[in-house]
Amino acid sequence: MKQNTRAIVITGNGTNCEIEAAHACRLAGFDDVVIAHISDLLSGEVRLDNFHFLNLTGGFLDGDDLGSAKAQANRLKHAKVDELAEHLIDQITRFINDGKLILGVCNGFQLMVKMGLLPAIGGKTLKQSTTLTFNDCGRFQDRWVYLKCDHDSPSVFTRGIEKGIYLPIRHGEGKFLADTQETLEHIEHNHLSVLKYSDPSYAAPTMDFPLNPNGSQNAIAGLCDPTGRLMGLMPHPEAFVHRTQHPRWTREELPEEGAGLILFQNAVKYVRENIL
Amino acid sequence: MAHRIEVALRDTVRDARGERIKREIEHFLHIAVEQVRTLDVYTVDADITPEELEKAAAEPFSDPVIQSYSIDAAAAGSFDWLVEVGFRPGVTDNVGRTAREAVEYLTGRAFQAGEGVYTSVQYLFSGKLTKDQVERIATGLLCNTLIQRYSIVSREEFDPLRGVAAYVPKVTSEKQAQVREIDLNVSDEELLRISREGVLALTLEEMKIIQAHFNDPLVLENRRKLGLGDKPTDVELECLAQTWSEHCKHKIFSGTVQYEDEQGNRQEIKSLFKSFIQRTTKDVREKLGEKDFCLSVFKDNAGVIKFNDDWSLVFKVETHNSPSALDPYGGALTGIVGVNRDPFGTGKGARLVFNTDVFCFADPFYEKTLPSRLLHPRRIYEGVVEGVEHGGNKSGIPTVNGSLVFDDRFAGKPLVFCGTAGIMPAEINGEPSHEKSINPGDLIVMTGGRIGKDGIHGATFSSEELTESSPVTAVQIGDPITQKRMFDFLIRARDKGLYRFITDNGAGGLSSSIGEMSGECGGCKMDLSMAPLKYPGLDPWEILISEAQERMSLAVPPEHINEFMETARRFGVEATVLGEFTDSGYFHILYGDRTVAYIPVAFMHEGLPPMQLPAKWEPPKHEEPAVEVKGDYTGDLLQLLSSLNICSKESVVRRYDHEVQGGSVVKPFTGVANDGPSDAAVVRPILDSFEGVVVAHGISPRYSDIDTYHMTANAIDEALRNYVAVGGSLDLVAGLDNFCWCDPVLSEKTPDGPYKMAQLVRSNQALYDVCMVYNLPLISGKDSMKNDFYDGATKISIPPTLLFSVIGKIEDARKSVTMDVKRPGDIVYLLGKTGDELGGSEYFALQGTVGNKVPVLDAAKAYKRYQAYHQAVTEGLVASCHDLSDGGLAVAAAESAFAGGFGMKLDLSRVLWKGDEAGRSDATLLFSESASRHLVTVHPEKRDQFEAAMSGNCFASIGVVTDEPELSIASLNGETIVKAGLADLKEAWQETLRDL
Repeated sequence: MKQNTRAIVITGNGTNCEIEAAHACRLAGFDDVVIAHISDLLSGEVRLDNFHFLNLTGGFLDGDDLGSAKAQANRLKHAKVDELAEHLIDQITRFINDGKLILGVCNGFQLMVKMGLLPAIGGKTLKQSTTLTFNDCGRFQDRWVYLKCDHDSPSVFTRGIEKGIYLPIRHGEGKFLADTQETLEHIEHNHLSVLKYSDPSYAAPTMDFPLNPNGSQNAIAGLCDPTGRLMGLMPHPEAFVHRTQHPRWTREELPEEGAGLILFQNAVKYVRENIL
Repeated sequence: MAHRIEVALRDTVRDARGERIKREIEHFLHIAVEQVRTLDVYTVDADITPEELEKAAAEPFSDPVIQSYSIDAAAAGSFDWLVEVGFRPGVTDNVGRTAREAVEYLTGRAFQAGEGVYTSVQYLFSGKLTKDQVERIATGLLCNTLIQRYSIVSREEFDPLRGVAAYVPKVTSEKQAQVREIDLNVSDEELLRISREGVLALTLEEMKIIQAHFNDPLVLENRRKLGLGDKPTDVELECLAQTWSEHCKHKIFSGTVQYEDEQGNRQEIKSLFKSFIQRTTKDVREKLGEKDFCLSVFKDNAGVIKFNDDWSLVFKVETHNSPSALDPYGGALTGIVGVNRDPFGTGKGARLVFNTDVFCFADPFYEKTLPSRLLHPRRIYEGVVEGVEHGGNKSGIPTVNGSLVFDDRFAGKPLVFCGTAGIMPAEINGEPSHEKSINPGDLIVMTGGRIGKDGIHGATFSSEELTESSPVTAVQIGDPITQKRMFDFLIRARDKGLYRFITDNGAGGLSSSIGEMSGECGGCKMDLSMAPLKYPGLDPWEILISEAQERMSLAVPPEHINEFMETARRFGVEATVLGEFTDSGYFHILYGDRTVAYIPVAFMHEGLPPMQLPAKWEPPKHEEPAVEVKGDYTGDLLQLLSSLNICSKESVVRRYDHEVQGGSVVKPFTGVANDGPSDAAVVRPILDSFEGVVVAHGISPRYSDIDTYHMTANAIDEALRNYVAVGGSLDLVAGLDNFCWCDPVLSEKTPDGPYKMAQLVRSNQALYDVCMVYNLPLISGKDSMKNDFYDGATKISIPPTLLFSVIGKIEDARKSVTMDVKRPGDIVYLLGKTGDELGGSEYFALQGTVGNKVPVLDAAKAYKRYQAYHQAVTEGLVASCHDLSDGGLAVAAAESAFAGGFGMKLDLSRVLWKGDEAGRSDATLLFSESASRHLVTVHPEKRDQFEAAMSGNCFASIGVVTDEPELSIASLNGETIVKAGLADLKEAWQETLRDL
């Protein structure tokens, strides 16, 4: 019997985008999609081992009180699972080592970066080398951005994107910074900076506000690890899965499906072809 | 010993927060500063090893890529002045709470009672500043001294090794909880003193009713049986003051009004609420018959209507004006997270799907002097905008609709309207979700946050005008994350059927929530000593009335209590059993074994006779300004576009997440560059379906200067025409009324009470008249009746304001229409007639005049036209539609054109006119704000179909969309009287608030 493709969306403590993330997974074709509260994971009732695709989605984990996603990074690292003799981080590490997929969006991206899951240069996970901090404009911004896609990136999520993709950002802390020039060069050299804020024709990355809404270094909006199975991005692909979510759908001829859906479709395809 | 962890950005990292402060100091205080850097400080007051402290600093508290930290040593580098701002003891410190949890995870140990983490921010200033200037920066910008404390250190005074000494803002109290008895058998003056000094906001008459109750031999006999004295306890008096406050009891709306109109006709109105608001709903529902869609109105925390067979919609709009005047950030934050609990606590509980907000402020660039207690409008603007931003964004609820309204009288009190809609399955566990009940024997459970001194007297204080001595404790600070956790837990408990009744703890705290719940089943027995406290030292009365945030009260059947408590534990949410509901007929409150309050439920809820309110209407007569005849009105149009009430609010709106939850269909901004102002919002709450919720609002306080009847009629019409514009259906749409008035009760302080009361009567009359024609049942609402500032010398009363919100449905959200013109060649239609109605208009306001000819609504004609227009939308005939409001036709045309990126050529001679020809002029045609008009564009191919759909209604084709990027309007004589490039029009519209 064919095995089901299974996606999980973790929620709780301020995660906000779980419903639309789960909706996107379902639309893309995942057979089973579970929204699990962090307490379900900590009680051992739900285990990551039973899933193929982990969504760390947007929100304000712990209110971003110690800096975005910092408190959750600390929680995931130190919290024990009730029934099992392990920490939650052990499940996450096992999930990654099993060759599965993780997509972090917005707050989920911040979490991945602060846990050191990205960019994980040289396979060094759990060591933070980059960050996402306050937008240069000093304010939260909700606006749509053009994202130029790097075709040479190893990311499995962005395969098939032609030039770029148009998505909304909604964040106050999205400015990407690397700890050293070396890290940045490594990211660029290995094509880990998979999405960059750009002009509307996707010709070139830009540092101009509001096209680049936060002042990110090298206009980096999305990042993957060297395997391409782990990716994070500040824009919200789950917020554009149908044309009516596009800000100009009443005036432009648009396909029924929103451009963001491709990330989830790529995920289900990868799971079918490589994991099951 | 307490330790300080200071976290600083590395020198190479841009300090966006510091830059913003620098900008604000320059713009706002006009003080030049070279540089501002900021530091985060965590004061850890807990038993923790040096290694653990180091780990806390290195991991959760700092970001190694951009920050460095120091422990018990100064992190500050070079500066001229240092200002550190932290909270006062007992004030909610959300970051401190998260920091504490982080340390607990890290050490694997829970904090002991009295241990904590406290946060503060250090600002480092470089530049030639005097101590006086730094003091001004601290008090004028950085620190709200009501809730925060600050210290200033100069470079010379600074100890570069140790830095600032650790300070722990812990509430310390050795005090034993005590219950006082109050002797009410005293003189009238003494009764009034007790009310005033206790911030009870009870009138002499009310005090005497309480006095009489406690002299009733039967009452006394029952009290003695429980060991209670004859005198009321402070718990009882405070409880009655909350329950009977204007805020909770709506005494003005339920009072008896003696109304006299301008002809001397007299009328007695027993309860405006019953006579107009409730009657509107009742009569509309009867009229709708089988098509009635109301499920629960006026009896719960929010109104409930049908969305479809499977889902019900819940909506409530609240105000949080008084707290926002004192602490704009905390007040507004509490306003939004507070109104979230209303739909959440309606029926069995609803998932929240969107927020709306409307703010009324004085000019943020206000330059005249203000009474000392009032904060500058700019500061209120900044604080309120940020508070609602944090509350809404962090809760994950999209803010989809709102507006900013400006009038300098809002300096006296800003109005902060926050609305929240929710959705719930029509049935939960086989029962209608909008119904709930309590059985005697059900347990009283409080869940969410703990109780502190925050928000004590919020309900009574907002029932009075703002004064010099308004209480500090009235302010609360909301915590969206604690609330979000609680909601996550409660939705789970709801779906498992673990509770029977839920309501929120808002104004009046437990005294209100448990008081109301006791009314449901006939009594309660509750022990206040069980209540979880933020810190020791609260007296029982304080526990009972505290408005500490993020709490819900529930009735949990005993058979479910174990599972309820276990689920709470797993979700990390505190829940406490405080007692049980009874049918004893008494609100019975204990503290340990001792009875501290014993009040008959009937006396609490029905013991108050109606207030007697005189009202006399005398129409004001303003000077009638002459309308200047000009050859070119382009300059006037540009000025209007830049005016505060019309200009773009994009700098604010972009700070609100309007797309989270994924259902956004019509966003606040639309058009070719995503920057044209939408009329209303369309949201899909169920992502698998294309059925949409449409929400819109109307507000027009300027017309109150002429006649509140027309102010109200225009506000309702504006709400409905915005709603209709985007495609909202007239078959399923409901209204919510939020009245914000200046005190209309005749008194020494308010000699013009009868006039203000008459304004309220007239507003209610219009509410009934218009809603009946528009088939708009009112499903919920709120009134806030004391929006005045009075310090003994200066009195500032707000203009009477009605916010009218509508919520309804669009069957297919893919049929939604936006306001941006779509392509050249499209025909421009104006639906509705224009009249000589510049009274109260933005055009007159530009000249500093009011006039008298307020727009008069013809609701019957408008309704018929709205129905025809909706048919055209359903048939897909409409390319764009924009409602005409502030600034009239010229402003609407400019907005539609620059939003769509195409020009427009209009001819005023083709605009349909109503009324006296004498008033028909270019200026009135351009700027009159006549009600019920829409500017519509239609593709030429659909012309015949559109005109057929609209036939029998007033509409005219008045021009065409052009390729040329300019707005060109021809006068009645055929001369060009407006000609401007779209870029110039847009720039005028965008520049005013761009940098705020």
